[in-house]
Amino acid sequence: MAKVLVVTSGKGGVGKTTSTAALGAALAQAGQKVAVVDFDVGLRNLDLVMGAERRVVFDLINVVQGVAKLQQALIRDKRLETLWLLPASQTRDKDALTEQGVADVIRELRGKFDWVICDSPAGIERGATLAMRFADAAVIVTNPEVSSVRDSDRIIGLLDSKTEKAEKGQRIEKHVLITRYDAQRAARGEMLTIEDVLEILSTPLLGIIPESEEVLRASNIGSPVTLSNAASSPARAYIDAARRLKGDDVPMTIPSDRKGLLDKLFGRRAA
Amino acid sequence: MTFLNLFRRRGSAPVARERLQILLSYERATRGQSDLLALLREEILAAITKHITVERENVQVRMDRGASVSTLAIDVEIPNSAGLLVAAGS
Repeated sequence: MAKVLVVTSGKGGVGKTTSTAALGAALAQAGQKVAVVDFDVGLRNLDLVMGAERRVVFDLINVVQGVAKLQQALIRDKRLETLWLLPASQTRDKDALTEQGVADVIRELRGKFDWVICDSPAGIERGATLAMRFADAAVIVTNPEVSSVRDSDRIIGLLDSKTEKAEKGQRIEKHVLITRYDAQRAARGEMLTIEDVLEILSTPLLGIIPESEEVLRASNIGSPVTLSNAASSPARAYIDAARRLKGDDVPMTIPSDRKGLLDKLFGRRAA
Repeated sequence: MTFLNLFRRRGSAPVARERLQILLSYERATRGQSDLLALLREEILAAITKHITVERENVQVRMDRGASVSTLAIDVEIPNSAGLLVAAGS
């Protein structure tokens, strides 16, 4: 049975698209059949982050409106056989998405994949509520910073009231994914700690993604970070988080990059 | 304010944590997610304002949520003239 996951946050720029790509790739690397769906109509970026921007022909809106079949719009990843992308439209606006249309697309995706990961737009408007509408579970991407935590709290409120599951009186599974975490600054009292964020949001933790230059490098080259450098600290954190999503019991750690002698000698440019 | 300086020396994260806890308990209450601490704060402040006029900036609220015990501390600056008003009113 497929699981529909929404990656959401309220606030923009906290790492929703990066996390969608990395979790999707990590699940596909573990043999799962995964579709990542970009709901950011008008501002699509998941295609770019995944390096598929030149292969987009049809998009989510085309499928919702019946202009294209789902199979025509889905783009298979060039590196991973079981990873597929359904891009958002860049030219239309979010009003082109209808609730019934989204429901139909999600139902069809459920029949074809193990995981359907919906990359939500920022904000709490229609695009964001439609992205979460049919989800079984949510990943709330949060930076250890006041405005991000506040917006995450707001999104948690929406997940508990506006999703189909919530309206049926069921509980939507929620997980907090803390990104851009700097353990040293937190230890010095300069950054909210993991405990602070979890206590304030009262939501279980999926993973801790450390601040890392590898994340920008991955998006520069159009690759999920779990593929561009699987040994890097953010990649290891995403791989652990994906295993937890699958139900594996993985001890919670904050991966760090220890530079080896070779790295120190040759710098970090070798890819 | 001296107590703020105390926080600053230990880093700004505790200030962030405290501000968020206060703000979010208020926002959750206004969204209809009942929150006992926020409810108590509102009712206690309402009870105080029934008797005296307090400026919002003269009220310091601190909340700490723990696993088994939470605390709510409300510090209200009451001007000395307030007592006279109550006496005059009764």
